[in-house]
Amino acid sequence: MTPNLTLAPENLAHVSVPEGTAAVSSREAGIAAGADILQVRNLSKIFGQKPERALDMMRQGRGRNEIFELTGNMVAVDDVSLSVRAGEIFVIMGLSGSGKSTLVRLLNRLIEPTSGSVILEGRDIAPMSTIELREVRRQKMSMVFQSFALLPNRSVLDNIAYGLEVSGQKKAERYETARAALQRVGLGSYEKLLPSELSGGMQQRVGLARALAVNPSVLLMDEAFSALDPLIRFEMQNELLRLQKEEQRTIVFISHDIEEAIKIGGRIGIMKDGRLIQVGTPAELIQTPADDYVRDFFRNVDVSRFLTASSLMEKPQKGVFACDVGASAERYLTDMIDSNVDCGYVCDEAGRFVGCVTLDRLHKAGNRTVRDALHPELHAVQAEADLHELASVALSREYDVPVVDGDGKLAGVVSCRTILRQVLERRAA
Amino acid sequence: MNSSSSIFGKFAEDLVNFLFEHFRGGFDAFSSVLGAFVKLFEDGLAAVPFIAMLVILMTLALWRRGVAFAAFVGVALYVINYMGLWAQTVSTLALVIAATFFSLVIGVPMGIWGARNRRVEVVLRSLLDFMQTMPAFVYLIPAVILFGLGRVPAVIATIVFAMPPVVRLTTLGIKQVREELLEAGRAFGSTDAQLLWKIQLPNALPSIMAGVNQTIMMALSMVVVASMIGAGGLGEYVLSGIQRLDIGIGFEGGLGVVLLAIVLDRLTESFGVKSKKKPRKSAKSLKQGASRAAQT
Repeated sequence: MTPNLTLAPENLAHVSVPEGTAAVSSREAGIAAGADILQVRNLSKIFGQKPERALDMMRQGRGRNEIFELTGNMVAVDDVSLSVRAGEIFVIMGLSGSGKSTLVRLLNRLIEPTSGSVILEGRDIAPMSTIELREVRRQKMSMVFQSFALLPNRSVLDNIAYGLEVSGQKKAERYETARAALQRVGLGSYEKLLPSELSGGMQQRVGLARALAVNPSVLLMDEAFSALDPLIRFEMQNELLRLQKEEQRTIVFISHDIEEAIKIGGRIGIMKDGRLIQVGTPAELIQTPADDYVRDFFRNVDVSRFLTASSLMEKPQKGVFACDVGASAERYLTDMIDSNVDCGYVCDEAGRFVGCVTLDRLHKAGNRTVRDALHPELHAVQAEADLHELASVALSREYDVPVVDGDGKLAGVVSCRTILRQVLERRAA
Repeated sequence: MNSSSSIFGKFAEDLVNFLFEHFRGGFDAFSSVLGAFVKLFEDGLAAVPFIAMLVILMTLALWRRGVAFAAFVGVALYVINYMGLWAQTVSTLALVIAATFFSLVIGVPMGIWGARNRRVEVVLRSLLDFMQTMPAFVYLIPAVILFGLGRVPAVIATIVFAMPPVVRLTTLGIKQVREELLEAGRAFGSTDAQLLWKIQLPNALPSIMAGVNQTIMMALSMVVVASMIGAGGLGEYVLSGIQRLDIGIGFEGGLGVVLLAIVLDRLTESFGVKSKKKPRKSAKSLKQGASRAAQT
């Protein structure tokens, strides 16, 4: 037996498994470099007079309805803790009345929190004086509103420059910044118009430009696209993703639309009755929902694109060959027969996936090299490949589908059986 | 001197007498300042020749409302001049402008205060109700006692009578500014003063202008009444018509007031909306809203 050949579940371990699990959150992998920029700790909001008693009851774990009946106070946000990472879009999802709009207003204290802290770049906003808070709002946090909230008496440009104007920036300077922001949202030539002369989608672009003009550390978007027509909403979501690609900004995005949430959200926090029930990437929420409430959100959504190869793959038990592709094919024939597999996965010495071999092709290659024996059609799929892609690949072959990670290393295989089962399950849902 | 029998009448009487006895110097000083102001307006306007005034007002009318209104202004002023009432009209106009000026200087800040403070609003509202429903003539009595006869008490009685609409409509206008605009203003770090100047006042402007318009109209009607204590002008002419039971004089004076009222109303109304192109509807509906609000 040749020394440079190993039949390799154990060898595979260092190659694939760590990356394999990490790849579940591959979507945020690029951004996760950012540390937590915004931390929310035990944040609560109780509406009504004298919330202390209600706060105590809430801490004892009584329900919001009971508290409302006994004290007349409404628990809007109930002990929410979360962290937002720099450069990610964090979506807060929930039905109306779940407290999501209150939560986002607690972050910049448009609504005063009853208890808890909001720590932005290491500084707690909750106990700040009015003056400090004003500086935070001028420089660190800006907001886009569901109703656009543009000032009707001001031109588009003056609306965008508003944040800079109130912080005392000179006219020429703030107009320059505002014009740049207007260019970025694609409305360069509209600066002199009044908001009422624009369509809804355009108005919200202005709203977005106004928020971007102050160059905030965190951008709060409160149901920013909910008031728009479906087509325009779609367009604005793409616009946001495009902007996000150009310049990674930390965004807290409020939405009641799960499709919107999974489209733009790196991570999603699901709220119900003022509580944050679960936080995770769309894939995590789909695969391991915390309860039926979370599961129900995804009921009518096509989630197949979140079922990625990396989440469905298994470690190949046998048939992985780490070898020199220049070596003679014949040398591996017996190993292949011994391991009793139809299809072997060939990796080079660095662990990178090279291709697949079948018994038939090894045999035919005879004393030519392994490279010559590689099957010309059996390619691997990327870890991010979704169920659709997997299914179409599986359709054209009789063997399991190998999956490679970002480095080209073999991460695992997805059996055709798994793919079929997932397709059937999605159909059933 | 005490002739009223109930305690209410006595109270009012005692109050005015008290003020008269103890603050006479103050009232005299105030009176001379106000008198100088009114004289300034009157002399200023009187110094402008009829033809110049005609051109100015017609140009203004053309700019704000268009050709038809400019023509109307021309005819109206010509008719007034033809009746020989130009001097009286200028005098009345000066009083109206002076009274309106002071009404706004006092009324707009009061309206803003009322919009920002619930308690102030409650107090203001009852005070304004009182000021508006008290028959206009009643103000003439204390005004005469405290300030004597002439232009000054006339202006003061007019201010008291004409101020309520602008206070009310300022409060109303500011309170009607959409909450989301204030929220946006706060979210971008506005101070309270910035909210007021950059968001509340600009957005309340149509309502405030409707209040200004109403105040001017009420001032005009009061100035006629105030002719009884020596306000002069068109009112005096009408009054002499009444005293002599002379239909012709009464009608001429009345016609002068009406023409002046229409010119002032249409001109000030046009400032409540942005441009002359798309104004009428909104200005009108605002005015209706205004008179309704002023009645409540």
